[in-house]
Amino acid sequence: MRSRRLAPYWLSAPALLVYAAFLVVPMGAIALISFQHFEFYGGIQPGFTLKNYAEVFGDGYYWEIFGRTFWIALVVTAACAILGTFEAIVLNRMENPWKGLFLMIVLGPLLISVVVRTLGWALLFGSTGLVNKGLALLGIDPVQFMYANIGVIVALTHVLVPFVVISVWASLQRIDPAVERAAVSLGAGRAAVLRRVIVPLAMPGILSGSVIVFALAASAFATPAIIGGRRLKVIATAAYDEFLNTLNWPLGASLAVLLLIVNIVVLQASNRMMERRYKAVFNEGGT
Amino acid sequence: MIRNDWLSLAFHAVFIAFIAAPLAIVCAVAFTPLGYISLPTSGISLRWFAAVADNPRFINAFWLSLALGLVSSAVATGLAVPAALAIARHRFPGRDAISGFLLSPLMIPHIVLGVAFLRYFSQTGINGTFASLAAAHVIVILPFALRLVLAAATGLDPAIERAAVSLGAPSFTVFRRVTLPLILPGIVSGWLLAFITSFDELTVSVFVSNPSTTTLPVRMFLQIQDTIDPMVAAVSALLIAATVVVMLLLDRLVGLERLFVGKGRQR
Repeated sequence: MRSRRLAPYWLSAPALLVYAAFLVVPMGAIALISFQHFEFYGGIQPGFTLKNYAEVFGDGYYWEIFGRTFWIALVVTAACAILGTFEAIVLNRMENPWKGLFLMIVLGPLLISVVVRTLGWALLFGSTGLVNKGLALLGIDPVQFMYANIGVIVALTHVLVPFVVISVWASLQRIDPAVERAAVSLGAGRAAVLRRVIVPLAMPGILSGSVIVFALAASAFATPAIIGGRRLKVIATAAYDEFLNTLNWPLGASLAVLLLIVNIVVLQASNRMMERRYKAVFNEGGT
Repeated sequence: MIRNDWLSLAFHAVFIAFIAAPLAIVCAVAFTPLGYISLPTSGISLRWFAAVADNPRFINAFWLSLALGLVSSAVATGLAVPAALAIARHRFPGRDAISGFLLSPLMIPHIVLGVAFLRYFSQTGINGTFASLAAAHVIVILPFALRLVLAAATGLDPAIERAAVSLGAPSFTVFRRVTLPLILPGIVSGWLLAFITSFDELTVSVFVSNPSTTTLPVRMFLQIQDTIDPMVAAVSALLIAATVVVMLLLDRLVGLERLFVGKGRQR
């Protein structure tokens, strides 16, 4: 029976070894150089210093980048949560084949490269100016989308909203249709059913989708790089510049480490919170 | 069951337009007969597709991305299948830690993985090689393959395997003739999702690739940073067309919503 007891370790050993060599070591190394000193003419110096973190926290320039990153991520999360929740509810009330077709149209873009999707927005905002032509028809003054927060927000919302649709969709599947019928038979109107029955029951899905969106929006690279351009930096594009343009790797590494910490804290904290608050929901539905 | 009223349907129409608009514009611009970004209002032309076919930089990047996707998704799936079987079928000390660790790259921003690989591979002197790109991609895509295989393996009834054993099948035969066929849809969809994720990956690759090992998304990104011309739109239109084919395939195979919801539910 001994081999039987060791079997799971043998089975997962290859993956664990690959992770040790190509995940643990590189992550350790990047954390390490974030504590090292950088000389413009000598490169990375051995030793231990908190200088890079002091520079990031002491410089208004980086505060602005962090502020912009989290502001964009918050607005994108709110937009995705609202739009994605309603779209999932509408989809759930449709009949097949429409249901299946539109679900595919909404989720399909997740399989298309972010570069392609962002290029589409760059074309709509910039070269063709189609969005502003549309706004003009509605009598709205042209808006500067390219190289502006608003453009990054719209494009990122497009890139990330499917994650909310899918997670709300999943929690809607667990709602007993009888609950809705009961509410209607007790005299609830459409708005009341939505606000007091559907949305509360879908809340775990809304929250978990929003958390994913926030984490991905805060660390997004391609969309802010293409729509935001060189001047409108977020954490990810600032780290990219430190690594590939300025070549101050220790400083870039400290930006990356801070982004990672924020990401993990947000993900873990919200997981804890949701598990505590919605324990009953997860246990009942979690079969 | 409450039906959608006109207000919900109006919202739905706007939402679908929002989702489709950027993809539609890319496809439209790709057919422009003019030499700059414009809608094909004065006729349709395939000149930019021809330009793509004549552009060795895009063609080479495409073949590199294809090879990279095939190699890294095969390796990732090969590593994920035994690990998923271990996690789904056995109760052992450290099980939750192992599954959490194997899924952990999902929680690390790609920009962080990218700079970590850049530092690591340049110190070991292999940055920019195909092998280093493949290793980086394996780490990024393994969790996707693992989740789908895990979901398939968790749903498996152990009684079926016990039946095979009781009928005298040796353990490898049980695996090959019973277990493997039953989790095959999970493996295939996990492999496909891993392949697509690798093929589309930009943020990690941009750090690991060099001018001779530029993947297609990196090539397109660098091109867009430089100038946006109808040729990038044509490449993008081709990618959208290819993705639609893969998507229909995946939908047949597993159902798209299961593909994305498919958390390997662990109990």
